[in-house]
Amino acid sequence: MAKTLFDKIWDAHVVKRIENGPSVVYIDRHLIHEVTSPQAFAGLEKRGIPVYQPKKTIATADHNVPTINQHLPIKDQLSKFQVDKLTENCEKFGITLYGLNHPYQGIVHVIGPQLGITQPGMTIVCGDSHTSTHGAFGAIAFGIGTSEVEMVFATQCIMQPKAKKMRITVDGQLGKGVTAKDVVLYIISEVSTSGGTGYFIEYAGSAITGLSMEGRMTVCNMSIEMGARGGLIAPDQLTFDYLRDREFAPKEKEFDRAVEKWSELHTDDEAVFDKEFHFDASDIEPMITYGTNPGMGTKITGKIPSNGDANKSIEKSLSYMGLKPGENLIGKEIDYVFVGSCTNGRIEDLRAVAEFVKGKQKADNITAWIVPGSKQVEQQAQEEGLTEILEKAGFQLRQPGCSACLGMNEDKIPQGKYSVSTSNRNFEGRQGPGARTMLASPLTAAAVAVTGRIVDPRELI
Amino acid sequence: MAKNKFHKIVTSAVPLPSENVDTDQIIPARFLKATSRDGFGENLFRDWRYDARNEPIKSFILNDGKFSGEMLIGGKNFGCGSSREHAAWAIHDYGFKVVVSSFFADIFKNNALNNSLLPIQVSDEELALIFASIDDNPSSKFEVDLESQQLTILETGHAISFEINPYKKECLLNGYDDIDYLLNLKAEIEVFEQNNA
Repeated sequence: MAKTLFDKIWDAHVVKRIENGPSVVYIDRHLIHEVTSPQAFAGLEKRGIPVYQPKKTIATADHNVPTINQHLPIKDQLSKFQVDKLTENCEKFGITLYGLNHPYQGIVHVIGPQLGITQPGMTIVCGDSHTSTHGAFGAIAFGIGTSEVEMVFATQCIMQPKAKKMRITVDGQLGKGVTAKDVVLYIISEVSTSGGTGYFIEYAGSAITGLSMEGRMTVCNMSIEMGARGGLIAPDQLTFDYLRDREFAPKEKEFDRAVEKWSELHTDDEAVFDKEFHFDASDIEPMITYGTNPGMGTKITGKIPSNGDANKSIEKSLSYMGLKPGENLIGKEIDYVFVGSCTNGRIEDLRAVAEFVKGKQKADNITAWIVPGSKQVEQQAQEEGLTEILEKAGFQLRQPGCSACLGMNEDKIPQGKYSVSTSNRNFEGRQGPGARTMLASPLTAAAVAVTGRIVDPRELI
Repeated sequence: MAKNKFHKIVTSAVPLPSENVDTDQIIPARFLKATSRDGFGENLFRDWRYDARNEPIKSFILNDGKFSGEMLIGGKNFGCGSSREHAAWAIHDYGFKVVVSSFFADIFKNNALNNSLLPIQVSDEELALIFASIDDNPSSKFEVDLESQQLTILETGHAISFEINPYKKECLLNGYDDIDYLLNLKAEIEVFEQNNA
């Protein structure tokens, strides 16, 4: 029977099907961080059992870490306790940890691909909903809860029903100034914040395969913002070239054998999806969100919808954002620009911002933070001279971590302030209590940083 | 390890009619720094419940003395966003045993089921009936019977059937634990590993 890419990988990992129940699914790679793992380790201790396959789990500290003076002890005692607990647990249970100040430390979804831990055909889980990022390599990757983290520790398996299958095809050529982030924000605005719930998405079409690996990761990363369990893209030459010579990727002859196997990972022509969407790349423009979920997005030159079916939830959302139905967004004054996160904290994102701001200055009303996704990204930015360009333009370059994406450490946007952010969620209070987040691409964020207002980046490139 | 068994309950309910209630609202990230599962109820809906000076916001349902009970009724797409299981822990720790909505986000639903918190999905119309019943009488009582998969609005006698995966139902009714189940599969897992090495 014809199979989708998702079927092929999923079916190959089913250890057991429970009648009228979920499947027991084997997990190839498990990524953990300090926030969603301590209770799972505590569970193991309570049961008196070890981590079954400690070599299949990799740990880093990212959510909670400070992004300045990482060499000093963490000031926030609760954060420090949580990060120390991770170190202690990893030592006790034999898990490799790329902790603070390790050259591989970084946001879990940035370091996995960068180190070649993420590979095509794998099942990858992490106690973080943006695990879908790794799907860009043709892997089944999704976020799990802490009870499931404990299941993976104990048995290298989880129990989940198989998701339904959705394909989103974007064909055509993206216009000037239109990036991967705009593609995914556009898709979410069309499919809605819950339209993907129950599905695993495969992204296809020439506009998707035309993206860089970083761009593909940005698209897969935000699958969860449609409610989808995850999203994936069939691996191709670009994927293989990206992985070649990465630290944990297979080497030499083994790599060639792996590529042979990976090349079979694609959806059969006759395979059927439960739901399909088709979009035309030429309809996509630079996007920005105006509301309090990622589905509330519009082209940047557009107006906030003032449709008749506005319900209480939309009213509440716009009131939180201090915006009005029918309002134009262009020209709106902004206070903060945040470039970073597992969505857009990769080297390509830093390059895009640096290229735009080179020789320019950020506007006086803007506080601009740029947070590399990992130590390796930070190092590479330094080597490529991006750091200098960004600092000259008035950006504060911080150290790797999740930072203002979720406002768990001290990097918070103050109450009532507007932030144009390259992260993934514009929920109420996500970037700090009362913060007003507008999601956009790194290019748009750079243009806003320079002009101090919402601006169509295409006019400035 | 055995968990609490889910028994039949009769309770009043707390209505939260907002749509797309995300897990950052249920428990904001800055309260995720604990390393145990307990105590998250204190910060449930923190920023809707308290203002910037930590004063209770009187209009919010959890601060409104009219509403109480073990059942939380949410609008469509409840629990979207982050995978933090802390959201399920916070709701359960606060004292809720059931969450009702016309649509749940996947990860939240899974997390709830793993923590003896029963997510009940009803139709939009049934959800409207439940809200209307609480509107009429804030102490309106409901019966939740997991065994027969029925949620009954006791005021009107209207019974709503709900779906639940039969395996998960058994787990909740008997307090079974997925990890115990998986640990008993060790031999099969090892065979799978050998076949796929």
